[in-house]
Amino acid sequence: MTDYARITRDGLWDNNVVFAQMLALCPTLAVTGTASNGLGMGLASTAVLVVSNVVISAIRHLVSPEVRIPVYIVVIATLVTLVDMALNAWLHELYKVLGLFIALIVVNCAILGRAESFAARNAVLPSALDGLMMGLGFTAALVVLGGVREVLGSGTLFAQAHLLLGEAFAFLELTVIPGYKGYLMMILPPGGFLALGFLLAGKRVLDRRRAERAARLATAPAVA
Amino acid sequence: MAMLERLRGHLAYQGALLAVAALLTSGALALAAKATGPAIEAAAAEDLKQSLTQVLPGQYDNDLLDDKVVLPGPDGEVTVYRARQAGRVVAVVFEVAGRGYAGPVVSMLGVDRDGRILGVRVIAHRETPGLGDKIEPAKDRWIHAFAGKSLGAPPADRFAVKKDGGVFDQFAGATITPRAVVNSVKGGLAFFGREKARLLDEEVKS
Repeated sequence: MTDYARITRDGLWDNNVVFAQMLALCPTLAVTGTASNGLGMGLASTAVLVVSNVVISAIRHLVSPEVRIPVYIVVIATLVTLVDMALNAWLHELYKVLGLFIALIVVNCAILGRAESFAARNAVLPSALDGLMMGLGFTAALVVLGGVREVLGSGTLFAQAHLLLGEAFAFLELTVIPGYKGYLMMILPPGGFLALGFLLAGKRVLDRRRAERAARLATAPAVA
Repeated sequence: MAMLERLRGHLAYQGALLAVAALLTSGALALAAKATGPAIEAAAAEDLKQSLTQVLPGQYDNDLLDDKVVLPGPDGEVTVYRARQAGRVVAVVFEVAGRGYAGPVVSMLGVDRDGRILGVRVIAHRETPGLGDKIEPAKDRWIHAFAGKSLGAPPADRFAVKKDGGVFDQFAGATITPRAVVNSVKGGLAFFGREKARLLDEEVKS
């Protein structure tokens, strides 16, 4: 029996791709200059992650352990290329916005990581859920990181979101600090490392507080 | 399952597995390329047409994609699309490229028959998102500063970004990108000046 609640928690928080596994840091740092870019990259990666988990889980009995890595890589690279072609052909407007990120998904080691550590050992349905939750956790991490860097770096939030989501979402575009001159370092790679470091530290603090509280609750009745 | 387990241990099985995986995936890619090819080409042509019309605000009555000449330019051949009105060339559009921060910055440049810039649009670049990508009209108004300029106004030595003593703004933290665009446009205007007679195609077709 697979625990779906556990998979969900793992993907979104406990075992978050960026904040816990610290995978996929290259695309993470590269695209999170703005929250909108983070969102685009996150959603595109989520789609690939779900499909790759499903495919790899479906063929897991056929693939022998000795050659599994090349097989997974070929499958993932093919999926990314298919997504790239399909978007270019049929959703060309979206492709013009996301095109840059799609090629980057191939180098997202989180996808190979989930194939290796989850999809290769579990049935199709839990693997699909794992892909979805890991992807959403990744998306959330990118949006938070992009949001922090965007607010500190250029004083806006979700700038150009309408390019990604359509005109209906133009209301997301906020100017958080009016007349802000911008703090370039936060948009450049060093700002990415700094913001990521503080966010990681913040998550550790939250997790430790929670663990301490749980420990107190567990011991309290025994003392009384 | 037990038989599959035994089979999986053989070297031949692994080789065959890799071969089948490669065959299936390349087959899928070939099919996808065939299925998406025409749509991608049509989208690219549509993009080209759009970027051509964006730098051609004026009136013309011919199909731009049909009226093109290929001339030797500063770096390789340049395909020039010509806009005509009653057979007379009123403007030309061609690509110019400069070296940006992360690779070539390719722009579409529209010039009227007197050598004045009708418009410039960057059509391909790999500049830093959030910094260099302000050359895109969707993200900043910077690119509109070119309209109406020519190689005499401002004077040739001031046709540069402000950091180089010119009249065009650079962006905070990104000088190389706007410099690439400005210099490529300047090169394009010089090219227009050199090839003017051939580009404007003075033998009028009536």
